Amino acid sequence: MTFGIDACVSAVFAAGLLGEPVSVTHYLVVGAILFTAGIVCMAVKRNALGVLMGIELVLNGANVNFVAFASPYLRGEGAVSLGLDGQVIALFVILLAAAEAAVALAITLNFYNNHATVDIDRADDLKG
Amino acid sequence: MTGLALLAAINFHTLLFLLFAGLACGFAIGVVLADNVVRMALYLVLSLGATAGLFFLAGAEFIGAMQLMIYVGGTLVLLVFGVMLTAQAPFVSIKTSTGDRVLAGIVAASLLALLLQAAFSVDDWRRPALGEVAQPSATPLGMALLGARVDDPAAGVPATAARSGYLLPFEIVSVHLLVVLVGAAYLARAKRRRTPRAIEVAASVVEPRVARGAATGSASALVGGGSR
Repeated sequence: MTFGIDACVSAVFAAGLLGEPVSVTHYLVVGAILFTAGIVCMAVKRNALGVLMGIELVLNGANVNFVAFASPYLRGEGAVSLGLDGQVIALFVILLAAAEAAVALAITLNFYNNHATVDIDRADDLKG
Repeated sequence: MTGLALLAAINFHTLLFLLFAGLACGFAIGVVLADNVVRMALYLVLSLGATAGLFFLAGAEFIGAMQLMIYVGGTLVLLVFGVMLTAQAPFVSIKTSTGDRVLAGIVAASLLALLLQAAFSVDDWRRPALGEVAQPSATPLGMALLGARVDDPAAGVPATAARSGYLLPFEIVSVHLLVVLVGAAYLARAKRRRTPRAIEVAASVVEPRVARGAATGSASALVGGGSR
């Protein structure tokens, strides 16, 4: 049993996962996964609120990238960092996401009041 | 390797990063895969909370706190209210067709491959971090929003270069937020109508369209429930 755990941990170390410090690329991978999940959520969900959640995920993925580029901890040797600019942009993104969610939710509730559904496939009144 | 040597060899920053990154990515994928809108909201809260942990680990503690307070505490509560107001039985889980799912999977895989290729393509980004301990960023951020920069210049930028604060963007964003909130209140206000129940009127209007075959089975079930 102990041998099994030992072998397991050694394998993880051999892959360089736990021993090495985190670089910007690690954060970019997380941001890419969040962004892709958000895009798919926006494209696939038929519930209007699901589409809104996809937008939140996309904005959050972008924010992860901004914070990673701004971070003094993650800067490698000789790499250029965004400094405070990245953090300020991330802050503005959070604020604008709050504004966007408020308006989008108001539109969704209005649509629900008028059409008695939140299925966006039924929002085809403007279709020619 | 003994246990103590292993413990000493673990980089705990990396360990915590892997923990929060796994949580954030896992719950984001959970949002995509879940059909139930209430579960999607829960997974989104957990994913964004784990992302706040990533921000703390990157040294952006003010951004992490704002993520928790504004995003998780404000925006998502708003979304959950929306879910609760519209979660009638037919809308809790609206299924996506299998063809759309397959198509979305292909698009997602290619997009992810593109983004990962871009993430690994620059050597500067792949170098392991120096682990410089910087001062807390809340004070420089607040001063920069007031128009004065007290932080050290970013690496690679000459110290003598003129740097601007963020007073004007801050004002623009604040006015934007005010206008948006007034607009949202105007859009979502309760309208006075002559008919008592707007929803029932809408359901009876929808009915001929269902007969035309433009709507799906769930829609006809809804209309059937509304006319009963």
